[in-house]
Amino acid sequence: MTVSKKELDKVSECIERFKDKPGALLPLMHAIQDNIGYIPEDCYPQIAKAYNHSVAEVHGFVTFYHHFRRHPAGKNVLQICRAESCQSMGSEALEAHCKQTLGIDYHQTSEDNLITLEPIYCLGNCACSPAVMINDQVIGRVTKEKINNLIKKLK
Amino acid sequence: MSYKIYIPIDSTAKSLGANEVAHLIELKAQSRKIDLQIIRNGSRGLFWLEPMLEVETDQGRIAYGPVTENDIESLFDAEFFMGKAHPLCLGVTEEIDWLKKQERLTFARVGVIDPINIKDYEKHDGFKGLKKAIQLKPNEIVKEVTDSGLRGRGGAAFPTGIKWQTVHDVPSDKKYIVCNADEGDSGTYSDRMIMENDPFVLIEGMIIAGLAVGADKGYIYLRSEYPDALKVLNEAIETAKQNNYLGQNILGSQFNFELEVTRAAGAYICGEETSLLESLEGKRGMVRYKPPLPAIEGLYGKPTVVNNVISLATVPIILDKGAKHYADFGMGRSKGTLPIQLAGNLKKTGLIEKAFGITLRELLYEFGGGSATGKPIKAAQVGGPLGAFIPEAQFDMPLDYETFAKVNAVVGHGGIVAFDDTVDMSKMARYSFEFCAIESCGKCTPCRIGSTRGMEVIDKIKSGIDVEKNEKLLRDLSETMVDGSLCAMGGMTPFPVISALNYFPADFGLDKDLSKA
Repeated sequence: MTVSKKELDKVSECIERFKDKPGALLPLMHAIQDNIGYIPEDCYPQIAKAYNHSVAEVHGFVTFYHHFRRHPAGKNVLQICRAESCQSMGSEALEAHCKQTLGIDYHQTSEDNLITLEPIYCLGNCACSPAVMINDQVIGRVTKEKINNLIKKLK
Repeated sequence: MSYKIYIPIDSTAKSLGANEVAHLIELKAQSRKIDLQIIRNGSRGLFWLEPMLEVETDQGRIAYGPVTENDIESLFDAEFFMGKAHPLCLGVTEEIDWLKKQERLTFARVGVIDPINIKDYEKHDGFKGLKKAIQLKPNEIVKEVTDSGLRGRGGAAFPTGIKWQTVHDVPSDKKYIVCNADEGDSGTYSDRMIMENDPFVLIEGMIIAGLAVGADKGYIYLRSEYPDALKVLNEAIETAKQNNYLGQNILGSQFNFELEVTRAAGAYICGEETSLLESLEGKRGMVRYKPPLPAIEGLYGKPTVVNNVISLATVPIILDKGAKHYADFGMGRSKGTLPIQLAGNLKKTGLIEKAFGITLRELLYEFGGGSATGKPIKAAQVGGPLGAFIPEAQFDMPLDYETFAKVNAVVGHGGIVAFDDTVDMSKMARYSFEFCAIESCGKCTPCRIGSTRGMEVIDKIKSGIDVEKNEKLLRDLSETMVDGSLCAMGGMTPFPVISALNYFPADFGLDKDLSKA
């Protein structure tokens, strides 16, 4: 996948913004991902040069953190909590249902590019398990019906 | 006549539809021409009753819950805004048994105030601790925290005062206060609640920490899974600046303190303090060797206080009411209160702040109301994914750091996840290894490799392959991980595994006698 000129400009803007900030890589990568949805590998050399790192270090940083994506996600990201509290309330059946309904596994995007499915380990919503997060919105006490309605609404 | 209605803005309340309820109430009030003033407060933490509305009346606030979109019409018909009777009416909020039985110190304001209204915070004893601290010498602040007996609420339970003393005593041109807000433990949400529902108390605690040790810069390392907390904290920091609680010459003193939030990026290991510091410095979150301790060489090699959200948020009340007031709660060497979080398969989940010493049985059955599914509770995991599974036979243990340590369990961050009798404990044990394999930073071998080998060994036991030999191997591997890992990730993953194996051998297909070998 090639990066568009518009995306590259955005990345350059972000690189400029955090140039004098100590520990810049975290806020920088967030800014890039918030702006263009992922962190293109083609930009590693530019980032490395601006922050005096090696390309390997930039690659190592991006790949260490689950939150950062190296490829664009679908229009929406659905994250299903896999942690213990949600398991105790039936999240396993819920994840199986989501995978089957969308016809994809974790870290994949549905064919219509509508939903990317991700596992997540605790949303802090353990009092109302099982929980999922759709984009930035947490939903508690999720049932198969709730998921079906949610997916329908996104279409 | 205007009526005051409180509707929580907490993300769990919102996950159950609090925003939709608030929106409908607003519309309905308009169409019925009723003058309602809607305040978005924090959640009281009675999550089985959320969305829970409150109405201000002469007798105090009256609560209604759980309110769904379908209840709005009948609530208006009953004139709930005057506190009148309705099937969902719970009476005076403060008199609800679940809340009344608690001892809320750190959470005194949570659910009561509008989180980002600084005047509301000040009106409810906010910044009183800071105003006292600013009159004291740094050493006197540290002494107050030490005397309170406060121990790190993140899980390690290290005495907060001793940590502060160390940072205080190291001469340095630069020191830092770092708040560990990477609340990754499953079953815990007290940090999130403080940050979303009473952010100024955390800010105040961090300023006091800065005063005590001579630091002028603070970071809140916040997990990326909490987008709401990020918004609230940034807004609160901006407001605190405008009111001279942050910035230069705070409250007319010589003290300066800057504070900012750094968004983490979804790595569980970054809740480990040295890994967190690496991450803050813009690196992979690889665990550091200790020593040197972060208190001596922390962020950018400078002396750094790294404290959990709850530890820091407890400091203001200690300074305000005095060390003795706080230390009078609790038992043995576990002084004060713990915000306990009930989660998982329970009827009544939510936040309970209680003095140490309450038993698991009281928490699971009296507060929790038993399992949500109505089946017997088979086990409870206390203290997150690295905490042991506790069987029914140990439910009468008091919640206390030392009592738990005696049975190889941990209190940790105070999260309790209940499981009913349909749970397969061998699956949970396998999951512990799986989680460790996903989240290990990879620096030390026992954690990086041991976690994957652990999964394989459990799979073999479950398939009946060389069961006796493999059980021995599993115990041996666990011992290696406990003794040989660099940090608690690999060092404690065996706790849930071995507890599952010891207390529930049948789930592994093991003969009971064999498990005692």
